[in-house]
Parts: sequence; structure tokens; C-alpha cells
Amino acid sequence: MNVEAAPAPVGAKYSDRAVGERRLGWKLVAPAVLVMLAVTAYPMLNALYLSLFSYRLTDPAGREFVGLRNYAVILGDSLWWQDVATTLTITIITVVVELVLGFGFAMVMHRIIFGRRGVRVSILIPYGIITVVSAFAWRYAFALDSGFVNQWFNLADKAWFGERWSALFVICLSEIWKTTPFISLLLLAGLAQVPEVLQEAAKVDGATWWQRLFKVTLPNMKAAILVAVLFRTLDAYRLFDNVFIMTSGAQQTETVSFLAYRQMISRTALGLGSAVSVLLFLSVLLIAALFIKGFKVDLSQVRGG
Amino acid sequence: MKQRHGAWTVLGAILIMVWAISPVIWIFSLSFKAGDDINNNRFWPTQFSLENYDTVFSTALFTSSLRNSIGIALISTLLSVAIATVAAYAIARLDFPGKRTVLSIALAIAMFPAVSLVGPLFNTWRTVGLYDTWLGLIIPYMSFTLPLSLWTLSAFFKEIPWEMEEAAQMDGATPWQAFRKVIVPLAAPGVFTAAILAFFFAWNDFVFAISLTSTNAARPVPAALAFFTGESQFQQPAGAISAAAVVVTIPVIILVLLFQKRIVAGLTNGAVKG
Amino acid sequence: MASISVKNVVKQYADGFPAVNDISLDIGDGELMILVGPSGCGKSTLLRMIAGLEDITSGDLFIGGERANDKAPRDRNLAMVFQNYALYPHLSVYENIAFPLRLNGNFSDDEIRRKVEEAADTLELRDHLERKPSQLSGGQRQRVAMGRAIVRQAEAFLFDEPLSNLDAKLRGQMRTEISRLQRRLGITTVYVTHDQTEAMTLGDRVAVLRKGVLQQVASPRELYQRPVNLFVAGFIGSPPMNFVPAEIEGRKVSLPFVSFEVPQEVADQFGDRQLLIAGIRPEHFEDAALVDANDLSHSVSFSAHVDVTEWLGNELFAYIPFETSREIHDRLKTLARELDSESLRTQLVVALDAGSRIGPGEDAKLTFDASKMHFFDPVSGDNLTRELAAVAS
Repeated sequence: MNVEAAPAPVGAKYSDRAVGERRLGWKLVAPAVLVMLAVTAYPMLNALYLSLFSYRLTDPAGREFVGLRNYAVILGDSLWWQDVATTLTITIITVVVELVLGFGFAMVMHRIIFGRRGVRVSILIPYGIITVVSAFAWRYAFALDSGFVNQWFNLADKAWFGERWSALFVICLSEIWKTTPFISLLLLAGLAQVPEVLQEAAKVDGATWWQRLFKVTLPNMKAAILVAVLFRTLDAYRLFDNVFIMTSGAQQTETVSFLAYRQMISRTALGLGSAVSVLLFLSVLLIAALFIKGFKVDLSQVRGG
Repeated sequence: MKQRHGAWTVLGAILIMVWAISPVIWIFSLSFKAGDDINNNRFWPTQFSLENYDTVFSTALFTSSLRNSIGIALISTLLSVAIATVAAYAIARLDFPGKRTVLSIALAIAMFPAVSLVGPLFNTWRTVGLYDTWLGLIIPYMSFTLPLSLWTLSAFFKEIPWEMEEAAQMDGATPWQAFRKVIVPLAAPGVFTAAILAFFFAWNDFVFAISLTSTNAARPVPAALAFFTGESQFQQPAGAISAAAVVVTIPVIILVLLFQKRIVAGLTNGAVKG
Repeated sequence: MASISVKNVVKQYADGFPAVNDISLDIGDGELMILVGPSGCGKSTLLRMIAGLEDITSGDLFIGGERANDKAPRDRNLAMVFQNYALYPHLSVYENIAFPLRLNGNFSDDEIRRKVEEAADTLELRDHLERKPSQLSGGQRQRVAMGRAIVRQAEAFLFDEPLSNLDAKLRGQMRTEISRLQRRLGITTVYVTHDQTEAMTLGDRVAVLRKGVLQQVASPRELYQRPVNLFVAGFIGSPPMNFVPAEIEGRKVSLPFVSFEVPQEVADQFGDRQLLIAGIRPEHFEDAALVDANDLSHSVSFSAHVDVTEWLGNELFAYIPFETSREIHDRLKTLARELDSESLRTQLVVALDAGSRIGPGEDAKLTFDASKMHFFDPVSGDNLTRELAAVAS
């Protein structure tokens, strides 16, 4: 049956039509569901299975069932906890900064009339740019040889990537630059849903600018804010590209994602790497669950923005 | 609006633009520096040069990766949007049990940490022969762009006034005419938006690109950029990398300039009326 | 142009609910037939079945004498105006109106231009032809939808609540406009509305539907003067007919505020029923002070306590609360729900001459013409005295 013929098959009996509609519906969504699950569900189960083995690609013969020992190794290793700490630090810093900055941007974009297009175009460029390109841009700006930052701020020969916190600073900067647009557009959509008349009512009721912001605007945007924060938190937690380009995990800047990559691809330790992957997946799941239960994020709101 | 722009709004708008554009200008500027100019520790080049562009376009690593990037991104976008359009049509228009489940699966996958799949995929792709092939990247790109496309499109399709289809039939259209002359023009902007967003994802990806490829056969630009560093010739790779970065940024800038409204609407699922 | 005939048509949905139940209706060539009723009465479903947008579960549909059950909408050659106009947002006004002609494929560009401009002139849309629908006002959109319908030689027009999205003033103007257009073109028209004023003013004949069942098909005058049952009586007329309990003892009828005798031929229709529902239209009351004593021959006079009045310039509404039994109260409440209205209290609404001096809180002396009353069976709702109702010329 053709897609376009579906809504009004002339002459069909009502019951047949309902059954036909069901079948057609399933047929039409099947490819999407299949493709989505093929690359997620199966590999994830595969990873779960592999994580129970000691198994290196370079030594297939030495494959051996070890139960949960891989997990014990990882969780007992201070490197894992250091990477978790690094990831959490980056996540919290970037999300908080992005939220404040993004809200400021959203307010400006909400109010502006003249030059609206220019602002939107320029804000979309960081969103669309390749993360790796962003990472290189910031890296070269701060690098000792090619950079201009030290020159501008009279920092002489400060080696930004030679030390943990300054390296993390640049990583966060690149990340914030690249992803604030996304959060600010979500917040802009939220702002647009706060009726202007509420502002007027609050003004008449004698509220100051700050009171209007905190008592009228923000509470009415709660859904949009939480959705934005949830998505950005999960995203930041998966941080990989910037670390890879800027430090390759040196100076204790390795994130959990990078650890998983390093174990699996560089060291080809499939067993141990799979266990890291599973743990990464579980932590993302935990964050999502915390948000949904703790903040009661209504994900059906995502559809409406 | 009653109020005129406050000074704060204008100032804010200028700051936003400077903040958003300057890193891009910086990478452009860097790409035009040649030789020792790269290390002049200034923002602008002292001498304008196209040398870096000559270099990257004569490097097989870059030209083949550019070809790979374009091919892989376009094919995965096309396939993903085609599949998502059909599925979103069903979700928006037909009544069948399991609709919500499909949307929930899509949402779950949108939150899925891609890196945790890299290992298992690496392993599986090696066994089935998809490692270091176009298809090996197209498949994961499809699955990760599908959720966004599905949500964007089903939200968009729900707002299409479908009684138009009936009106067209009353005006004497066959079902096919009604679809082609009325529904397609109405749905096209949504499909197009989904396609741009899907393209951005595929164009941007680094995690899969670097893990599932190993040679020029399938390695896309972001991964190639990372390898430029290792392949050090006499000159500093910074200039060449910047030039390559500029080349792959230009399509992004063009898309943003042309379809700014659509992208904003797509990202916020039509909540902002463009 | 063609007649439309519907024979024992049923529409049953998958859950077994009959949206349209065994309706038969003949619409003559050039006639304007109104389908009216509260929401959910099946009027739109019936129209969509005629259009071919809904399947007919059983029964037959004839258009111009030909059975059309299995024809696709495009083969029925009907024009339809939708409630929200269904203008194609991506096409200009010109292209919207030209759309059916272009689909037809037998018209040259010149012919199309001529026809579109002719339609645009009729509807005063000339200045807007190049605009997009989103740039038009509600009234203009409505006219474009009409233009799309009149531009081609359709067998009949179908209107699905075409005025319900307009404000009251515009609605009145467009109502007249549609009436004028239909009479000029002389085209068979089926017009669905929930608004009884539209039904009364537009229709040659009006079909009143309730829960998928046809109640009465008649001219507006007939519906007003001789409604078949409580439902039709309550639906037609504004403000609606007053319903009061009537206790019967032979020829003696006792209403909550007055008792009087009815002629024997009326009493004969009551059978052995002791409790009826009496219906009196608000406009059939008069202020006794303003009536010439000689004209009171048919009239029943009474005095009642008025609690609220509303003076509208051309008339005066007075509200008179009354008590009634639980049984009648419940019956009236159910009826009000079916009619999509709220009955907060049982009260008499009386429409008087604007010259009346009756004020709120006063005891007023009123009269009404008993020969214009209706008596309904409280259980079945049937009008017992319909045959006797005076048909004013």
C-alpha cells in the first residue's frame, strides 16, 4: 500500500481499515527501529558479554572467563576514579557556565529586533562547526608556538597544556564555545513560551527586574531549563573530541570516554575496555534516571520544546 | 514591541557575535599564515599566503578524507532522513500500538554514550568486514541521527494541516496528486531541516571516525585532522590543519547562512515560530 | 447541478458506535439543505459521507440519480468549504482558487485566469490574489475558500460549518453573502452548522439531527411552529422555548404559576397522562399592561415575581424562577445537556415589548396565547399537539 493512499482507502470496511492501519504503522516504523537498535542494543549486549572475559585482540588464545574481575580491576584502580573526577569537573563547570551564558544569550535574542538574523547566524556557527576544528582553534590560540593569548595577556611563556588545571580550562573553554548555542536556543524557545502578559502583571504587582526574572520568568521555563540541562549534562559526560585533540589525556585530563577508547582501540584490551564501556553506559543511565526522578523532567515536553 | 532596544540588548548582541565569530576568524587567519608567520604570536598574519591550501590539497590524506566525509555524510543523511520520514509519518498520522515505545527508544538512543559503543562496534565490524569501510560509518551515523530526525519530523508532521489532503481530493485531486501537490510542499521544509541536522552530526563526528577507520579508504576529515599532527613534515602542521579546518567549515557556514531559521526551528522542535 | 439523495445511510465506527443511524434525506436540485444539531449529532459525518471522505457503512447515496457510494471524492465533482477553510498555505490566493482548475487539466491558462478573476470579483478578492493565505484576515480566508468552490462547475456545494471561525458581526454578513450567492448560482447545497440562527435564516429546508438520528426535516417556519418533539422545540428558537411542568385534570391544565382550561380537542390528545411538559416560546408572552383588553380572548393572564430583567432596546427579557418536581427537573436537565446548553435553574424567560415598564423584583402581570403552546410527553418527548398547532401565515 502506498503511503499517500493510507488515510482514505476508499471502499475499505472500518474494521479492516483499523487493522490495516496498524499493520502499515508497524511496517513504516520497523526500519527506523531496526537501524536504531542494530547499532546500540546488540553491541551493548555484546559489550556486556565481553566484559566478563580477559581478552586482548593481540592474544585471542589467551581469552578466559573472569566473571566480574574486570569490573573489580577498574573500580579498584585510582585511574578510573581520577577520570570520573575529571569528567564530573568538566561536566559541572561547562554546564553551569553554559546555562548562565546561554540564558543571557537567550534573553538578548528574545529582546532583539534589529539584527536578529545576524545574531542567530553567528550563534549557529559554533553549533555547526566540527568539534575537532573548534578544539584545534582553541589549542592553537593557547599554544606556546602559534598562540596569541599569552602575548595578549602578557603571560610570557605560560604553558597552558603543561599542567592539569590550565589544560582543563582550555578544554572547558572550547566545549563551552561550541555548545552554548544549543542550550541558548532551547532556553530561547522556553522564554518564548512565557507569556508577555505575565511580565506586565508582575510589573503592575510591583516586582523589580530581578524579582520578575526569578519569580515569574524562570519558574515558567522550568521544563525547558531541565531538558536543556539534562541533554547537555549527558553530552558533556561523553566529552571526548576536545581531550583527544588538545592533550590526548595527558596531564590528568583523561575523561571516562577517553579511557574507554584507549582501552578498546589503542590497547585493544576488549575485555577490560568493554567493562569500561558498560560502566560508562551505566553512569549515563544513572544521571538520566536522577534527572527524571529527582527533577521530574517531563520528557514528553521535549517534543514541544 | 513597545520598548525600544535597551543599550544592554545592543551591547549583548555585539558581544554574542564577537564571541561566536572570533575563534572562526582566528582559524581562518591562521590558515593564511605561511612559514615562520605561524609562530608570530599574533592574531593576524603579517603576510597573506595560500601556501597551506596548496599543501592540504596536494596531500592524499586530506583529499581522500574530504571525499570520504562528503560521501559518508551525504549518504547517511539521505538514508536516515528517508527512514525517519516514513516512520515519522506513521507516528504522526496513523493509529497503532507501540507509537510511544518507538519515540522512547529514540529518546534513549539520543542519550546513549557513543563511546561505549565504539569498542563493541570495533570488534563486530572487524569480524563482519565493515571495519574501515564507508558502510561501517554510515550505519552508526544513521542510528545516531535517526532519533533527532524522528522527533523533529513527527513534531513537524503533527502540525501539518492534514485536512488539506481532503480538501485537495474534494478539488478533484487523485490521492497521488493530493500527496504530491499539497502534502509534499508542506512537509518538505521539515524534512529538509531534519536533513541539515543529520548532516551536521555526520559531518562533525569524531568518535566513530577515529575508531572504525584506519586508512584513507574511509577515514573522514575530523579523524584525518588528528592524524595530520603525527605526519609531521618539515613545516609545522598547524598551518595545514587550519587550512583543512577552514575547508570543512565553509559548508557549515553556508548551510547556517542559508537555513538559519530552519535550523533554529529544528533544534527547538518548532517551539519557536520562525 | 444535481439532486442528492441519501437512503438509510449508516455510519458505524470500529467500536460499534453509530455516528449516523439510518438517515434518509432527499435534497432537490438547487435546494439549500441545512444539517443542524448539537456537536456529536452526526451532521458533519453525514456531510463527509456525501463528500466521499468517509466510507458509508450501509445504505445508499445518489448524486444526480447515480449511486455514488463507491466513487472517489474527485469523481463526485462536489465542491466543499471546510470549517478552517483548508487553504493551501504554500500557494497564493490566485493559485488556491485556480487549484481545482489546474487539477482538471482541461483549461488553458487564459481560461483559468478568466475564471479565477471572475470568482475573485464576485467575492471582492481582486486586491489579494497575489497574497499568501497567512496574510489574510479570517473573513478574507473564508472568501478564498468560497472562491475555490465556485470557480468550477461543481454538482453541488458542501459547507462544513464555514462561519464558525468568524466573529459574530462578520458571521452575519457572510451568512447573507452565502445566501445571495447560492440563490444566484442556483446550485444544490448542503450546509452543516450547529447554529440555529444560521439554520433558520439560510435553509430552504432544515434537517435536525440528534445522536445520529434524523428528528425532523422541514422548512424553518414549520420547525419553529410545529416541532415534532422536545429536542427540536428546544433547539430551534432563541432564546429557547420555555419548558414547564403541566398537571392535567380533564381539560384543566395547571402550570406552576397559573391554571387554565384548554379546548376539548387539545385535551383529547393528552390521553390518560396526568403530567406533561408544556412549551411556550418567550416571545409569546406579553406584558398585560400593554395589551388591549379586547385582544385577550385567547389569552391566559397571570401574575408572577420577576427577579431579573434585561432591556435590549428592541425588547425586554424578564426572568421568572419557578419550582418543579425532581422528575421534571431531571428530564429538563438531560435535555439541556443534549442541546449543548446549561440549565442552572428552572426559570421562565419572557420576551416583552421594549415599551414594557416591568422592573426587577416586581410582581408583573403577564399574558400568553394558549393556542400557541405545545404539550410534550415527558418520557418520549413527543409533541402531542403538533397537528393542532396554529400555523401562522
